Amino acid sequence: MKEDFKKRTVITPEGKPLEIDPVKDYFSDARPKVHKPANPVIEKFANWARANSLWVLGFGTGCGAIEMRPLMTPRFDAYRYGIQWRPTPRQASVFVISGYLSVKTLKRVVRTYEQMQNPKFVVGLGSCTINGGMYWDSYNTINRLDHYLPVDVYIAGCMPRPESLLHGFEELKKIIKEGRGEGANKYAEEFDWYKANQKKVIKDWDMPDYNW
Amino acid sequence: MKSLLNNIKSRFSIKDVTEQRSNLVFIDVARESAVPLITYLRDYEGMTHLVLLTAADWIEENEFQLTYLLNNPEQKFDIGVRVRISREKATMETAHHLWEQVATYQRELKEMFGIDFPGSPGVDKPFILEGWDDLPPYRRDFDTKKYSEDTYFPRPGRESNDPAEYMKKKMYPNEK
Repeated sequence: MKEDFKKRTVITPEGKPLEIDPVKDYFSDARPKVHKPANPVIEKFANWARANSLWVLGFGTGCGAIEMRPLMTPRFDAYRYGIQWRPTPRQASVFVISGYLSVKTLKRVVRTYEQMQNPKFVVGLGSCTINGGMYWDSYNTINRLDHYLPVDVYIAGCMPRPESLLHGFEELKKIIKEGRGEGANKYAEEFDWYKANQKKVIKDWDMPDYNW
Repeated sequence: MKSLLNNIKSRFSIKDVTEQRSNLVFIDVARESAVPLITYLRDYEGMTHLVLLTAADWIEENEFQLTYLLNNPEQKFDIGVRVRISREKATMETAHHLWEQVATYQRELKEMFGIDFPGSPGVDKPFILEGWDDLPPYRRDFDTKKYSEDTYFPRPGRESNDPAEYMKKKMYPNEK
């Protein structure tokens, strides 16, 4: 466990000693829960609304992040499809894994993904997220993203052009409207399997198991 | 350049000099005279800029080769100081007192090649690989493909259709 997460005594501004346990104080100790859709009519309406306001987390993991910039700007202008970029995981619903993912970044990606609110969707951008791409035999990049996070849409290419990204987002919208965008529930159902895979590659696991 | 080489030759024992271009010379020196030579070049010959510090793995000769590439910004030429160290006991004198950024290069070399630089600040802290527990990955006896296959769940090869066969089956299903 990292120094920041260890139990320790700190001195408050008033000069009193205070025992803190960051893992207990800042993080939940409950497993993720499965939230099944209750009322199909309401769920259908909610899915329509979700699909038409995709808020993407501005987190570029690899070289693919460069394709997300022209997407925002007037030439491709993804805002007209209801897609916009947000600065924090709490505000975002779509996580675009853009390109190759090193183990060091995977650790940050797992933390970020778990902090996002349900329902959340993952888009794997580029060949690297599918089978490792040109880094398939690298000692430091993962090969298959779907072993660590539930992926809704893959966009193949190295790099995929902004047009194919837009197409991928349209596919994601279709999936959400049909009620198949259940990644967060899948993550909760197979939580142990995902955690085991993550811990297999992240060898210095120095964070809490539940990052929310 | 000529006078500079003569100056060095009169002061240090040089193994070999390779003139790559008119503005790039490599000097091979023994391990113990490498850091003194770099110090001399920086303080008396105007090689004030360190371009890079890198290593190469000569596994057949059981040696690592370190290259300190120095630049003279006034007269616009480079000198590479090359030094061979043993692969088994891979340690080298630190040079972070000459340029601060050398400590970062040395940290990287420690992690990627396993070359130790005792006394260099933060040399044992992880640089890119966090919690690495295998051979240092830039060593040539480290099998990166095997490591990747064992660790990262390789996707099994996809089935591919020969286009001619596929079209034959689709258009003339009855023909053999």
